[in-house]
Amino acid sequence: MSVPMLLYVLLFNYGPMWGWINAFKDYGNRKLVARGITPFNGLDNFKWLFSRPDFFEAIRNTLAMSVINLVFGTVSAIVLAVLLNEVRQRAFKRTVQTVTYLPHFLSMVIVVAMAQNIFATNGPINDILVGLGLTQTPVFWLGEGKYFWWLVGVINVWKEVGWGTIIYISAMTAIDPSLYEAASIDGAGRFQRILHVTLPGIKSTFVILLIMNIGHLMEAGFEIQYLLGNGLVANYSRTIDIFVLEYGIQQMDMGVATAAGMFKSVVAIILLVGANFVAKRLGEDTLV
Amino acid sequence: MTNAPYQTKRLHKRNDVVFPIVNTIILIVLMFITLYPVINTVAYSFNDGTDALKGGISMWPRVFSLQSYQSILQDPAVYQAAWISASKTVIITLLNLFWTGMLAFALSRREFVLRKFITTLMVLTMYINAGLIPNYLLISKTLRLAKSYWVYIVPTMFSCFNMIVIRTYIAGLPDALVESARIDGAGDIRVYWQIIFPLCTPVLATVALFVAVGSWNSWFDTHLYCASKKNLLTLQYLLKMKLATTQASANAAKATAEALANSNTTKTTPVTIRCAITVISTVPILVVYPFLQKYFVTGMALGSVKG
Repeated sequence: MSVPMLLYVLLFNYGPMWGWINAFKDYGNRKLVARGITPFNGLDNFKWLFSRPDFFEAIRNTLAMSVINLVFGTVSAIVLAVLLNEVRQRAFKRTVQTVTYLPHFLSMVIVVAMAQNIFATNGPINDILVGLGLTQTPVFWLGEGKYFWWLVGVINVWKEVGWGTIIYISAMTAIDPSLYEAASIDGAGRFQRILHVTLPGIKSTFVILLIMNIGHLMEAGFEIQYLLGNGLVANYSRTIDIFVLEYGIQQMDMGVATAAGMFKSVVAIILLVGANFVAKRLGEDTLV
Repeated sequence: MTNAPYQTKRLHKRNDVVFPIVNTIILIVLMFITLYPVINTVAYSFNDGTDALKGGISMWPRVFSLQSYQSILQDPAVYQAAWISASKTVIITLLNLFWTGMLAFALSRREFVLRKFITTLMVLTMYINAGLIPNYLLISKTLRLAKSYWVYIVPTMFSCFNMIVIRTYIAGLPDALVESARIDGAGDIRVYWQIIFPLCTPVLATVALFVAVGSWNSWFDTHLYCASKKNLLTLQYLLKMKLATTQASANAAKATAEALANSNTTKTTPVTIRCAITVISTVPILVVYPFLQKYFVTGMALGSVKG
């Protein structure tokens, strides 16, 4: 009974890899493409890609935003998990969890719609900043490239911080309570217990998640940049995925777009294998 | 000498009073920050359109008005989109549960010959992705699914990640259950539906939530495959189109806001309409979420166990 689904997975997950062949084909000649003729052109698509400054810009944006997301996301999730772990009243803990998990379930379209209100020139953030006298004129958050990466980071933290705590909290509940007792008897205060019992207790979880996230370093997300970005910030919002979309779907140059996508996938695999190898060397649990 | 331990003890005591209070305050502020954008959007959606352009609305509408909702609810396109969104969500969720659960059961049986091979194949898909263009070519050119309702169903009716989650859960159930049922003469199908399936309710509820939310929230498939078909648009896509229109004006945001605020011609504006659609497309999630919350934490914890 698993046969149909096996075929399904082969078709939808492995089938598209056949499409990588397009990375080595020439889609430049519209007349030929219209007749279904796409000659092979070797590595020309890749050569062209690496001669393009906007491709390097896309790589830079992707890496910048995924590093910001990774650092902010991990740190905020661990901090929140530690704070939640110290809460003794169950009802309060549950309430905080329920509320902070919620944004995870909202679609990026909804989140961006809300962000456009919050960060509008006459929105609440600017009201507060002007009210406190931190700026004289409202900041044009959504229209200036230098803010874009950080805006994406902040929005992602808002959306995912609660969800990110789940794994850490479940790791913390697995910590032997007698370790805390022993630490208290030895005279460790609350912060020392957090530092020497809680944090070491979640170390292996942290490493596994780090490996997974390093494997996804080339995925800075696509939705938020596509939805939140606009002409004014395009130089900072265009990730590799958006680059692929623009060249492949809008300009119908499948060859170049596939090559860019393939480059991304291959780098992702190398990163994953590399991180996995390092983790194995360090004696931590590994993923694969 | 005798004083020293006493002092550290007092220090800890004080720490034990101050920390929980500070902690509670931090967490309450955090909840407020989490909820504020939602409340703000609801406030805008109930505000008068032209008045909303002045900004400065925080948690309560300044000039109450139902105009935005009225204009949305008069639009047949919204009903069509809501129908498409809802129907595809239900169908995909049911199909996913059916296929994913069955395969997870098969892969949890140790006597299954291809178990290792298939599992590896499934786990790898979580890390290796052919990319946007090859997928697009497969779905729109090879399978010719674009511009049809099928494009919502077929590519997403099975998920390897969810399968692994369910498989891990089934592997945690006692083997004796299956064995004794076998001895009593039950076949594979019967063991699955009568023994395993009822026991898997928590994990299946989690997976159902993930799948349903994912399907309800998706807009990119519409954007890529069905943008030209008016009767196949989803609610999320309608909202996405509103984003695009307000974004075009965002380029000159300061100027337009003031200009529009002075003209009292229309009662609704892109801002309030956008907020109203946001609220409408968020409500179903808010309704379902509390019921499934008790399940998904266990489900997530399982997902973190490596395949």
